[in-house]
Amino acid sequence: MKYKSQKVAYWFFALSILLLSLQIIYGFIMAFAHMGYDVLHQITPFNTARAVHTNLLVVWLLSGFMGAAYYIIPEESENELVSVKLAYLQLVTLALVGVVAIIGYHFNYWEGRKFLEIPRPLDWLVVINVLTFLGIILVTLFKGKKQTTTSLVLTMGLVFAALLYLPGMVWFDNQTMDSFFRWWVVHLWVEGVWELIMGGILAFLLIKITGVDREVIEKWLYVIVGLTFISGILGTGHHYYYIGVGKIWLIVGGIFSALEPLAFLAMALFAISMYRKGEKKHPNKIALSWTLGTAIVSFVGAGLLGMAHTLPGVNMYTHGTLVTAMHGHLAFWGAYGMIVLAFISYSMPNLTGRKYYDSNAGLLAFWLSNIGMVGMTVAFGVAGVAQVYLERKVGLDFGDVQKEIQVHFAVLAVCATFFTTGIGFYIYEFIKYGTPNDEALEKIAS
Amino acid sequence: MLSKSQAKIFFLGGTLVTFAIFLGLSWNSLSNEVPKKTHEENLSPQVISGKHIWEKNNCMGCHTIMGEGAYYAPELTKVYERRGESYIKAALMSKTPWAPRGRKMVAYAMSEQEANDVVAFLKWIGEVDLNGFPPKPDLKK
Repeated sequence: MKYKSQKVAYWFFALSILLLSLQIIYGFIMAFAHMGYDVLHQITPFNTARAVHTNLLVVWLLSGFMGAAYYIIPEESENELVSVKLAYLQLVTLALVGVVAIIGYHFNYWEGRKFLEIPRPLDWLVVINVLTFLGIILVTLFKGKKQTTTSLVLTMGLVFAALLYLPGMVWFDNQTMDSFFRWWVVHLWVEGVWELIMGGILAFLLIKITGVDREVIEKWLYVIVGLTFISGILGTGHHYYYIGVGKIWLIVGGIFSALEPLAFLAMALFAISMYRKGEKKHPNKIALSWTLGTAIVSFVGAGLLGMAHTLPGVNMYTHGTLVTAMHGHLAFWGAYGMIVLAFISYSMPNLTGRKYYDSNAGLLAFWLSNIGMVGMTVAFGVAGVAQVYLERKVGLDFGDVQKEIQVHFAVLAVCATFFTTGIGFYIYEFIKYGTPNDEALEKIAS
Repeated sequence: MLSKSQAKIFFLGGTLVTFAIFLGLSWNSLSNEVPKKTHEENLSPQVISGKHIWEKNNCMGCHTIMGEGAYYAPELTKVYERRGESYIKAALMSKTPWAPRGRKMVAYAMSEQEANDVVAFLKWIGEVDLNGFPPKPDLKK
């Protein structure tokens, strides 16, 4: 690391990994409930587990993005963070809001809108928290010596993500209006501005790991984020097929959703070709695996599986079934989970000064978690397709169908165990690195 | 070959054009389509109260309506038509977990009035024109 203040990133990563671990626990609670073992019903009924699971996902990813930004922005703008104390305060308040929300979900304190369950008073705290974060990032960036394309794209993604949170805070009496604007937050986040954040982080990693000229990487970054917005903004239409708006969205959503994989394909080709082009052989092989992995798995999970499920004729049957969970798991993992883990793997040796690159535990973490997640995706897929056929085509009752597909959740739990073991190795590695220190700074500077 | 500034124009131009189209289509949907397709005139205080109760209890954490929510419990868009008022009220007012086929629902023990409000909300949802969703099972004998 080149700047002392970059050390802040470490604590955001630690929070991120802690929340990921909790998310996995709640995932298991739900898998067992689906198998018929809803043993925690009294304290954690399914809707609580579900809200905790998805909200932890959002918060651990955001914490990872914030950590990455606190690492990247000083280095790119050649300036120390303007206030390290504020950054730590922001970390603590983020963690506090998260903890209060999660505890609240166990006591019916929530808003009951998918992905946006955080109750309104806490929403305002989130807004203050994110504004503090953006303030630190923006002032650091624009007071710095350079404003590179990579840092601008990353910052733009973060600013838009904050702005798009606001439509989700408006109350509507009409469920259709409610749903319409809820997707402005959820869809335009994950299939829009979060891809800018991912693109910015990916570009930074590729510049550092492959040594390819910044100008080349940043040119393609513009193309990728361009494709993302051109397909993703109107691709929002795939959430509007069946919620009480016009049929025009079937055409617009269908066409532009079919284009959405292009952005991810470009991202995968970009990462692979930069890797092949790069003359520099960076010793951090684990970070390289995660970096190439995120580009490829996001194409499969978010791009291909997403497209297969958003064709209007298919979606009529798969909408609101476990097929969505199939796509959701590999998409979030590939596009956002893996980019955060890639960045943590890249930054840890630099933050701690421990040049500990090629460990078996690190490789096991990568392969076990990925094999586990692919297996989970297949299990969800088989359960989902069987559900669609039996319920939507044959017309069997929901409960009867759920009995038929219970077995797939046992397979899911086995694969989730592989995944969890992988994450366990990742955490072991993270702890082994130790905490960041100023000696790391001097070593690199010399 | 594409230059960096051309790539930047592609990004900014493409974003602006598609976002403008998106805003136009959204404005059209919200002002012209939603009032008709959702029968906005039927949004009575009781339906709105039902929506509040629906959200306060995070019903979407297990069920779906209009295909949105979680996949642990049945789709409820057409539940009013499928099960009728008394069945729905029995599930909502039950003091022990409602558990057809063993899968438990939280025991909400709602009052008669709360249950009526939720039923009114679900009846209203069932009448929204959803472009043919949920599909009719075409292989059903």
